[in-house]
Amino acid sequence: MLPTPAHHSATPLIKIENLCKSYSLQDANGKTITNQVLFNINLTIHQGEFVAIMGHSGSGKSTLMNILGCLDTPTSGAYWLTEKNVATLSSDELARIRNRNIGFVFQGFNLLKRMTALDNVAVPLLYAGISRANSRKQALELLRRTGLENFAMHQPNQLSGGQQQRVAISRALVNQPPLILADEPTGNLDSQTSREIMSLFEQLNRDQGITIVLVTHEDDIAAYAKRLIRLKDGHVIYDKNNAIETTSNQSASVHAIHDHPQSNTD
Amino acid sequence: MNLFSILGEALRALRQNRLRAGLTMLGMIIGVAAVVLMLSIGQGAQTQINQTIASMGSNLFIVVPGATSAGGFSFGSGSVKTLTINDAYAIAELPSISATAPVTSGTAQLNYAAKNWSTIITGTTPNYFEVGSWKIESGTIFTDSDLRSATRVVVLGSVTAKNLFNDEDPVGKTIRITNRPFLVVGVLMAKGQSLTGRDQDDNVFIPITTSERQITGNQFPGSIRHMLVQGKSAEDMDIAELEITQLLRQRHRISGTKENDFTVRNLTAIADIATGAAKVMSFVLGAIASVSLLVGGIGIMNIMLVSVTERTREIGIRMAIGANQRAILIQFLLEALMICIMGGLIGLVIGIGGAWLVSQMADMLIVITLGMIGLAFLFASAVGIFFGFYPAKKAASLKPVDALRYE
Ligand SMILES: Nc1ncnc2c1ncn2[C@@H]1O[C@H](COP(=O)(O)OP(=O)(O)OP(=O)(O)O)[C@@H](O)[C@H]1O
Ligand SMILES: [Mg+2]
Repeated sequence: MLPTPAHHSATPLIKIENLCKSYSLQDANGKTITNQVLFNINLTIHQGEFVAIMGHSGSGKSTLMNILGCLDTPTSGAYWLTEKNVATLSSDELARIRNRNIGFVFQGFNLLKRMTALDNVAVPLLYAGISRANSRKQALELLRRTGLENFAMHQPNQLSGGQQQRVAISRALVNQPPLILADEPTGNLDSQTSREIMSLFEQLNRDQGITIVLVTHEDDIAAYAKRLIRLKDGHVIYDKNNAIETTSNQSASVHAIHDHPQSNTD
Repeated sequence: MNLFSILGEALRALRQNRLRAGLTMLGMIIGVAAVVLMLSIGQGAQTQINQTIASMGSNLFIVVPGATSAGGFSFGSGSVKTLTINDAYAIAELPSISATAPVTSGTAQLNYAAKNWSTIITGTTPNYFEVGSWKIESGTIFTDSDLRSATRVVVLGSVTAKNLFNDEDPVGKTIRITNRPFLVVGVLMAKGQSLTGRDQDDNVFIPITTSERQITGNQFPGSIRHMLVQGKSAEDMDIAELEITQLLRQRHRISGTKENDFTVRNLTAIADIATGAAKVMSFVLGAIASVSLLVGGIGIMNIMLVSVTERTREIGIRMAIGANQRAILIQFLLEALMICIMGGLIGLVIGIGGAWLVSQMADMLIVITLGMIGLAFLFASAVGIFFGFYPAKKAASLKPVDALRYE
């Protein structure tokens, strides 16, 4: 069920070609203005990879993650997820993919309020059609693995940030997806707790071969990843394996800049 | 996600917002209670009228002296003395008529032992009980020979009997009517109210001959207050009416275009009108109650819309972890439906309780049928689905990314 660690010859898990995203907004005079956020992104991610995406605020990281997670649709360009052309999928099929193939971890944890940790973790199983009793059994097993079995009956507001994030990670893992998408998962956590969460990701990637794509602002968090992608104003300006990158070598080591950077509409 | 799990999620959401769910439910409770109450009152009125009609006797005309009043339905005042006992006997001979009963009436003071009771005294013929569909509770009615010899015998209405005798058996006892002794020969079974709302059981009946000669006296001998006429068949009521009219015009020497000095009323037709009126009344009551149900439904829609907006982020999270549009739609629809069904059940209980209270306090007949309960329930569910659908659809058609980003 779980993918084996990376062998880049196989078909990629994620393949993006010439992906663009723009938003239409109304200005003060009621005129429609188009704000392009992502420009001709080309990206291939194989099973078992551990990718960190960095970039300044507003560079389009979350926008890209939302598209990768089938929560949003690109304006143009193509996106294949496990060989499926996402643009051709129905909303039911997309829901199914989000349920079975992708686990989300958010900066703000996004747990369901007034619901125990156990029930939170069980919800994706319910949507997968598993009975409530079985869902809870499996959810408890996952909480045990993330060291939270004693907090199973706690509600989110009775948990620390780190604990909430581990509940969220348990929820992301409960349907055994091949891909975890984490948008600034440590953004709301202190450095000690961040390290614990990152070790958990590292372990999941190493031991179970789960593909992880995470967005971060911190160099030390990005250092856990095996591959680093940098975005700037909607362009990929850096994409390199096994590098703990510094700002100085940014332009030198680019091997994934595509086409000519287009003018920013700002 | 199976329906059972979604039901659980919907229930949980309701429990998280108990006060709000309760207040929304109140709209439903009041609506359903009102519908049940109004339907049961309307149905009760209809049943009451049907019972009265059934107790009235069939194929009945009432002939009163005087021309038709402008209103059409005011029962004859009796001030005009144009109808006589002999008119009644003559009408009885008509081919389409099976029997007639002439009636005189007045009020009189009754005494038995130490008890006094003032009531209506009806002088009539033995036919009256048959034609008016009266049943005897104990004893007998007076006979044709009583009529011929103007005997002092009396048949008591059930209420009068109760008031004079309590639990004692009146038959064979002697009461005094305006100080003359009368032998009680029988007591009638209770009949209840007439179509006009009069208590028909507070009444005593004596032979019309006795009445005329000994009780009421009569400035116009042989004149009567009204007569009951029974037709032979329901189909020939129109012909019977024509025959009565022709005969009376002839006997009263009314020729050409001159107006009748009597009025023939078809009581069955009046009963039909009363039944129709009761039907309209129950319909109007039901319609008014439905409006409150509608208002309750709009309340549900309002709350569900607020709820969808408030829980946009929750919807986004659910979509991100695998809820499809149908699951979200059903969850919100079930929430609305559960408010309606629970409110409907409580409203049903309150409505039935209220109907019982009304029947106790206002002495009204209340009828609650299974169909009524089913209708109220169906209506409540329909309101839930109808008014819950739009908010649920709105929730389900949110884009995951927009829902998630909602603050
Ligand atoms: N729904 C939207 N409508 C219009 N513009 C949007 C919308 N979402 C994002 N944007 C714009 O897209 C750009 C990129 O936003 P995005 O959230 O992807 O940035 P980010 O790289 O994740 O930033 P941060 O590090 O602060 O999270 C921003 O300029 C933002 O204003
Ligand atoms: Mg972001």
